[in-house]
Amino acid sequence: MKHTLQQIFRSPNFVVGFSIFAVIILTVLIYPMLIPDPPLKIIAQGTFFEPGIYVNTYDTFSAPAYTLKLEGADSKRIASKLNDEDRLAMQKWLVGFGIPENEIDIQNTEALLDLWNTNFDPSKRFQGMTNADRNYYIRLNNSVQGLLSTAPAIIAATDETTGGLVETDRVQQSDYINVSQVSNVRILPLGTDNFGRDVLTELVAATRVSLMIGFVAGFVATLIGLVLGLVSGYVGGWVDDGIMFITNIFTVIPSFVLLILISFSIGQDKRGAFTIATVIGFTSWVWTARAVRSQVISLRNRDHVNLSKLSGHSIFYIIVNDILPYIASYVVMAFILQISSGILAEAGLSILGLGPRTTEVPTLGLMMNWAMIYQAHILGKWWAYFPVIITIALIAFSMNLMNTGMDQVFNPALRD
Amino acid sequence: MTREKKLYLSAKGVTKIFGLGRQKTLAVDNVDIDLYEGEVVSIVGESGSGKTTLSKILLGLISQTEGEIFFQGVKRDINSHAKKREYWKNIQAIFQDPFSSYNIFNKIDTVLLDCINMRGGRYFPREKKIEMMTEACSFVNLKFEELTNKYPFELSGGQMQRLMIARIFLLQPKILLADEPTSMIDACSRATILDELMHLRKEIGMTIIFITHDIGLAYYVSDKVYIMEKGRFVESGSADEVILTPRHDYTKRLLSDVPKIHEEWDLSTV
Ligand SMILES: Nc1ncnc2c1ncn2[C@@H]1O[C@H](COP(=O)(O)OP(=O)(O)O)[C@@H](O)[C@H]1O
Ligand SMILES: [Mg+2]
Repeated sequence: MKHTLQQIFRSPNFVVGFSIFAVIILTVLIYPMLIPDPPLKIIAQGTFFEPGIYVNTYDTFSAPAYTLKLEGADSKRIASKLNDEDRLAMQKWLVGFGIPENEIDIQNTEALLDLWNTNFDPSKRFQGMTNADRNYYIRLNNSVQGLLSTAPAIIAATDETTGGLVETDRVQQSDYINVSQVSNVRILPLGTDNFGRDVLTELVAATRVSLMIGFVAGFVATLIGLVLGLVSGYVGGWVDDGIMFITNIFTVIPSFVLLILISFSIGQDKRGAFTIATVIGFTSWVWTARAVRSQVISLRNRDHVNLSKLSGHSIFYIIVNDILPYIASYVVMAFILQISSGILAEAGLSILGLGPRTTEVPTLGLMMNWAMIYQAHILGKWWAYFPVIITIALIAFSMNLMNTGMDQVFNPALRD
Repeated sequence: MTREKKLYLSAKGVTKIFGLGRQKTLAVDNVDIDLYEGEVVSIVGESGSGKTTLSKILLGLISQTEGEIFFQGVKRDINSHAKKREYWKNIQAIFQDPFSSYNIFNKIDTVLLDCINMRGGRYFPREKKIEMMTEACSFVNLKFEELTNKYPFELSGGQMQRLMIARIFLLQPKILLADEPTSMIDACSRATILDELMHLRKEIGMTIIFITHDIGLAYYVSDKVYIMEKGRFVESGSADEVILTPRHDYTKRLLSDVPKIHEEWDLSTV
């Protein structure tokens, strides 16, 4: 036994798969300790905030200011307000106004703004200029006012007695704050979703729930398949006929269709994650049962089983001691595959809106469902669905890698 | 030979058909066999002639398609687990392939302990059990101290098969079915194993059904010989009768196929 374990851990496939899976499990366990927020708490007003570091603006005023003289800081500030597109638009306006194109240097900000400020007239209309264009130029004009000014911004507060503004602070253009000294900073590595929830926190919780669904579904499916396969394979006769009859019925009905029908008839309110997992397990034991049965049939006439019979052992003893250990590796492999297919089945169900009810816990499938309903894919909000797809793929990939790794050890025909 | 011997085991018209429809194999075809107390009976035939199938039917490990088995004069009844257990106290076997006779997940001690349990020694003190196992092992020239806590794959084929004899030593059945017990063993261990088997027979007075494809070997060990071809007994009689004056072509062919061994045994035994 120890020997086999060593061999398994020497198989590169298994090691890679196991490492990926271990990272996923560790993340799922450790992340909630670091960020104990409830995963479904709505933190953002608005939908689909981009991934990034969110710094509380108000708190930055009270954070200590540092003066840094940095090369290119001004041009960066200007570029963020006046990009190349705006410069070209200005050029177009000025050309329309009647200034020869070769006199306009759009890269020289100062000259361009001079030219603009002396000539721009919001009431002017040229041929082909739409209302939208006009509004755009007015907005552009507003935003470039004071762009080259080096005066500090003034922070003022309302005086309670007079009702007038009182200056409280000045912010120089060369003022910096240290982010670690700002009291409120929130990193949203994957932004927020359509409801304004932190996608990463949600994703970690969803992964945990989905893994649990996978384990429960895999456990139920493997247990049913194993028991039915063992009994029908070993006992044979009419017991075998009966079990195979049921198995055949389950084989001809596609399990996903059955799953959809059962989840639908359970009803939205009664569908918890655990119920869904059990239902998935109940619809996917067929192949395990078949495979176990055929293995048992090939084992039951082996001489070690005959010898065990001759030693007076009971059927139960023989199944547990002389049959089960020989198929254990196979059953473990089937279990691993059932886990990953259980996770996929939940995702499939949830995308159809037949997954666990949505009020309690997120699952990977539910996250896909929400992203789809709120059109994250059309709006280009990749962070709402792409990480979910990656997670599902990684789980399935790692489980399949572990499985092939074990197969190489247990199946001598595949050994190289 | 005048003393009336007790009829232990007999089969009447036993037939076994494997499979269904076109895949049907007639493995054993209308076989009669009588086994008297204390005899050594050989069943000789080429591989595929149905010897193992017949032995499994006699052991009650598989059921026959047709025919009856009588044990000690009455029709054999092994329809419940308890009755089977009782039957297997009387009849035991050594299988052809020692490598597949062991559960690879169990230590070999289990095999011997099972025998002690079966003989009602489940609640014997540990020392007594160890003493019994040591005795059984030393009977087949094995050292229990060296074998205990080992797994089957740590033993050689010869050691495994000798341990199977030690098992029979502990069980002391009335009948032993030895199905080509030396065919998978290296040549050096073969003679030892046969010797130990014959020694055991003397020791506990067993009746033996010895199955082999080696007609010379059958002549060497047995009182009575059955020649089996394609599931049927084509010739039977005392060992001298069948082997020295063969009547059936198949028997003659079997004899000519192993001329050297035949002569060798002939020289040493006649
Ligand atoms: N479980 C089985 N199912 C189908 N055919 C079998 C089975 N066991 C044995 N046979 C067939 O029965 C015939 C006799 O086999 P066997 O009794 O093993 O012969 P022997 O022991 O003399 O070599 C062979 O043709 C074999 O293929
Ligand atoms: Mg055979």
